[in-house]
Amino acid sequence: MKIAVCIKRVPDMETRFKIAASGTAVDEAGLKYDMSDFDGYAVETALQLNEKQGPGETVVISLGPDVVQEQLRKALSMGADRAVQLKADRVPTDGLSIAGALAAELKDGGYDLIFFGRQAVDSANATVGPMTAELLGLPCATAVSTLDIANGRGTARRDLEGAAEIVEFALPAVVTIDEGMPRARYPSLKGIMAAKKKPLEVKPAQLGAESLTLEKMELPPERAAGRIVGEGPGAVPELVRLLHTEAKVL
Amino acid sequence: MQDLFDIDSALSEEERAVRASVRQFVDERILPIIGDCYIEGRFPKEIIPGLAELGVLGANLPEEYGCAGLNNVAYGLIMQELERGDSGIRSFASVQGALVMYPIFAFGSEEQKKEYLPKMAAGEIIGCFGLTESDYGSNPSGMITMANEQADGSWVLNGGKMWITNGSQAKIAIVWAKTNGDPSDKSIRGFIVPTNTPGFTAKDQKGKLSLRASDTSELVFQDVRLPKDAILPKSGGIKSPLMCLTQARYGISWGVIGAAMACYEEALDYSKSRVMFGKAIGGFQLQQQRLAIMLTEIVKAQLVSLHLGRLKDSGKFTPQQVSFAKRNNCDIATNVAREARRLLGANGILAEYGAMRHMANLESVYTYEGTHDIHTLILGQAVTGLSAFT
Repeated sequence: MKIAVCIKRVPDMETRFKIAASGTAVDEAGLKYDMSDFDGYAVETALQLNEKQGPGETVVISLGPDVVQEQLRKALSMGADRAVQLKADRVPTDGLSIAGALAAELKDGGYDLIFFGRQAVDSANATVGPMTAELLGLPCATAVSTLDIANGRGTARRDLEGAAEIVEFALPAVVTIDEGMPRARYPSLKGIMAAKKKPLEVKPAQLGAESLTLEKMELPPERAAGRIVGEGPGAVPELVRLLHTEAKVL
Repeated sequence: MQDLFDIDSALSEEERAVRASVRQFVDERILPIIGDCYIEGRFPKEIIPGLAELGVLGANLPEEYGCAGLNNVAYGLIMQELERGDSGIRSFASVQGALVMYPIFAFGSEEQKKEYLPKMAAGEIIGCFGLTESDYGSNPSGMITMANEQADGSWVLNGGKMWITNGSQAKIAIVWAKTNGDPSDKSIRGFIVPTNTPGFTAKDQKGKLSLRASDTSELVFQDVRLPKDAILPKSGGIKSPLMCLTQARYGISWGVIGAAMACYEEALDYSKSRVMFGKAIGGFQLQQQRLAIMLTEIVKAQLVSLHLGRLKDSGKFTPQQVSFAKRNNCDIATNVAREARRLLGANGILAEYGAMRHMANLESVYTYEGTHDIHTLILGQAVTGLSAFT
């Protein structure tokens, strides 16, 4: 099968973030970057499908400046066959603008499946996958935690809060991948060497119009320090009183 | 660990990618089990297939022999990450790659290379390296193990070796022996000895208080008959095993940085969470001085090994430079581990934390592959032109 996986470069989420002087971006000084976690699951899912179902092609696509080539090469070192960078100075805030560029790249690609992560772990919009599907006129299964492909149809399980849904769709289709899928493999050292020789094509991104702009970023308010109300059983009545009157959780 | 000195900017994307893969492997597959392995005195054999699949065994040897074909800086970063797990794990990989695969690659025939290297990269054949003898450690030229050539061209090997990493689990041993009764170190040759050959025995060395998650053995050879093609044809003289040691010592100079990084990071985390006298101990000047010295020494060691790696990749490095790096980096790592253990207070003696395990391991690493003292004499000779060995 021919599978496209759209991946995003995101900062390491364990970092303590600062907001840049512009007020509309994260301060990049000292940040480390990686492929968004869910996108890693998506690459792994594509590789396993093609490994199981015989000859196929896994193509990874990322939109952004040249630094995204690092994440594309990571996907190549995991085993993807080729990569496409849709070159843009920056990644737009508006998911529809990104989806426009992806749809333009994907529409004549002859893909059986187009994978996304459920959402990017930094912006957490979860919009680009469904919007791309819409622009391509394809069925879209979101936040999928298991996926079976047989006879030109897909069956996917979506784990919801306290329940699950099983959905079925015809290929070609767009699927956004959630946890539950196998974790991304480590790129082997031979894979890292092989990635250098795999094709990585750079094309200008045909971004759609931007109708949503980022105005301002704020850090969450500092949490006040905890308070010890006393020790031993004697402190319980006071604790219960505070949970009623102050925290209002009882 | 926070990259205060921006050393990452001196690494290529590929080198950083290699480090990231090995780091993830160590975090997920080694750190969760290593404390127990250490207490049980057990090398975790179960990780060998994973290490091989990742491609760390002989990673700087060429792809045509089934290896990853990495440069020497990437290889060094692998050693660093493995030893961030445990010196015993790094020792396993060092011996397999630098002391067994390397001599087969450097001194072996094409047939030997094709027969052994791909299977060793795949972890199907584990090797050990027999140079040191019980009475000949710092002075390997004095060895008494002897191989005598027979009329039909085969060899008969007699003698013994001591302190052999991987000795009990190895399928082959690279044994260095004098030949045909000649006591001079010029007669030393290398042999590939299958460990199931009659007359070959390996015995675990018991009672180790260091490198407990590593297999260390004594080898005995009693009339071990070897075919004609067991000899490494291009080996000749004490220089050959010393060339192997130069490779391994290069990796050690990187490896011990990993142990020091693990200790530093553990101490730093602990200093921020452990409260005494009403505040985190990291806020006290004495602990800050400890951490500042640890960080400084680690960064200096990283720069030494990185520069050495670049020299090695350009084909210009010398054994004296390797002695410099091995000596300095083992020394600072043992100090960093000890200071980390002290910062951790009473908790620092528990296996739940890594500092004391690393500290005990590093005493071996300080001593093996040329003791600290011997490397001091190598440097002394390099700068004065006068030998102080005898």
